Amino acid sequence: MESGAQHAMARLMELYRLMARIRTFEEVALAAHAAGELPGYLHPSIGQEAVAAGVCSVLRRDDRITSTHRGHGHALAKGAEVKGMMRELFGRAGGVCRGKGGSMHIADFSIGMLGANGVVAGGIPIAVGAAQGLRLLGSDAIVACFFGDGAINRGPFLEGLNWAALYRLPVLFVCEDNAVAAFTAACTVTAGPGVVARAESCGVAAESVDGNDVEAVAEAAARLIARVRRGDGPQLLHARTYRLLGHTSTDQAAWRDPDEVTRARANDPLIRARDRLRAAGVAEADLDAILAEARAEMEAARADALQAPWPEAAEAWEDVQDIGAEPVEQL
Amino acid sequence: MDASFLSPTPTVETITLVEATRRAVAQEMRRDPFVWVLGEDVARGGIFGQYRGLIDAFGPERIVSTPISEATLMGAGLGAALVGTRPIIEMRIFDFALCAMDELVNQIAKIRYMFGGQAKPAVVIRAPHGLWRSSAAQHSQSLEAWFAHLPGLVVAVPATPADAAGLLVAAIRSDDPVLFFEPKALFGATGPVPEEIAPLPFGLARHVRGGDDLTLVCWSSIVPDCERAAQALERDGVGVDLFDLRTLWPWDESAVLASVARTRRLLVVHEAVRTGGFGGEIVARVVECLGPGALKAVRRVGAPRLPVPFSPPLEDAMRVTETKIIAAAKSLLAA
Repeated sequence: MESGAQHAMARLMELYRLMARIRTFEEVALAAHAAGELPGYLHPSIGQEAVAAGVCSVLRRDDRITSTHRGHGHALAKGAEVKGMMRELFGRAGGVCRGKGGSMHIADFSIGMLGANGVVAGGIPIAVGAAQGLRLLGSDAIVACFFGDGAINRGPFLEGLNWAALYRLPVLFVCEDNAVAAFTAACTVTAGPGVVARAESCGVAAESVDGNDVEAVAEAAARLIARVRRGDGPQLLHARTYRLLGHTSTDQAAWRDPDEVTRARANDPLIRARDRLRAAGVAEADLDAILAEARAEMEAARADALQAPWPEAAEAWEDVQDIGAEPVEQL
Repeated sequence: MDASFLSPTPTVETITLVEATRRAVAQEMRRDPFVWVLGEDVARGGIFGQYRGLIDAFGPERIVSTPISEATLMGAGLGAALVGTRPIIEMRIFDFALCAMDELVNQIAKIRYMFGGQAKPAVVIRAPHGLWRSSAAQHSQSLEAWFAHLPGLVVAVPATPADAAGLLVAAIRSDDPVLFFEPKALFGATGPVPEEIAPLPFGLARHVRGGDDLTLVCWSSIVPDCERAAQALERDGVGVDLFDLRTLWPWDESAVLASVARTRRLLVVHEAVRTGGFGGEIVARVVECLGPGALKAVRRVGAPRLPVPFSPPLEDAMRVTETKIIAAAKSLLAA
């Protein structure tokens, strides 16, 4: 029993480390954006780390994921390399997508990350097709498909769930419900009882979990993934969480009820994991060290990205298509 | 030594365009176990018989009849390509692909680029298009110009059984996503197709007939009308250098430029609406490359900017015909 508890704490420690890396990656990226080092804008997932960490911690390396515009956490949790991601956010040479995609289009096929997506629900059809393709290939890998609460009001959600259920495809749908669709409270634009009922109406088994409790997310995901792997067909995990920041790096989200935000801050998934670890006897200093180490890793990636060269202008012409590609214009 | 002694004469059979595409798909499915078809009613053979019998040969895992879910049809095809299979996405008729524009325009066409070359969206999107049997405004469109405008796609517009088969084989083997427009009106047209179908390169026009007086460029369903017009013009002593482009992106710019440099008269004919049609792009490139002084006369023939009407006389009024093509050619020669 003692060793079981120790094992659980060691596992929570690893999940805490992963969440700390996601948190600090985004905090450092936001600081870089504020300092004018980073072009464009970011969609931070701060407050939602437990969903990415919990689900991806129970996936295999050859499992695939599809992600959203708020996808840094999913990529990191699946195993994407930090320097390549940070350089991508900075639009620099050596970015994981060679500076063509930026924050909103992070992908790393080497670790099964089939892409963030700039379109809400855009990953759902891709995920079900990837699962269908994997089956044709004779693979036993599965696909985890992340999307937000806003996605359930788009057609591809209904189409994709029906499709996955029809062909009993190996997909874990993960509705990362951060309670807000862009600038609108999701509950004010969503009729009926919500995502679980909608999934069940398509014959997709679904359950809700406290998405800020990383252990609960990992446990639920493991249970559902076991069903997916043994051929029970698609399952849906509804993870209730909260987006602590605005829609983008330039949105202060001042329009929200401050009491709601205060309550949510107390429910921060990192704080909850720390509380549990402290209660199990982990020293505060050790937890601080994990956070500091993560921050140092991300600051090093920021410094690396900042000194990295820009891509050559001619690279803008590359990777459009093999046949019919435009010749590079004289620059 | 006569080379024919070394290799047997290839077997060639005269078949319809739709049968030619069926054979091309069957050939490629035999060749590559990861080529598969998804689309509505494909297990029943497809609405035009393009997949007749393939369910028996390849089974329901590879001939997948799907729900009427165009967005997921398009997007699932992409997802399946991303893990290494080669899906043929059957859109039933092109107009329904408009329900899947995010998946085609935002995802398929851009995914390789956005991800810095990691993704290989090796899909074929089969899209029967154009006028056919009074199908009216939502089942008759020719919007190929939209997609030639879109970076990332190959756009095929064959008009003969042999070209449809050869281009379809090339499309299935291509790592680029190919939007394969098929002329519904010519599905029943017949022509010789070899038993062993070789891939036909994209971007190579078919030189239908030679002539010195004007260059006529066309593609897809209107090609037979242009051929008949060219024959009629020849009877009147007018030589038409006729090209069927076969693919719109890439298109055979060098063949067209060489011809126009010689004839100095250019007529572009398409079934699609003239305004904003791909004919405008062809004319613009010719003027840019040869200079405005190189041309004596230029015309585009296309449909007026109208939705396609149902009633046969109304449809006929807006349709591009042999008569309209001949009239346009004669006006060019008068210039």
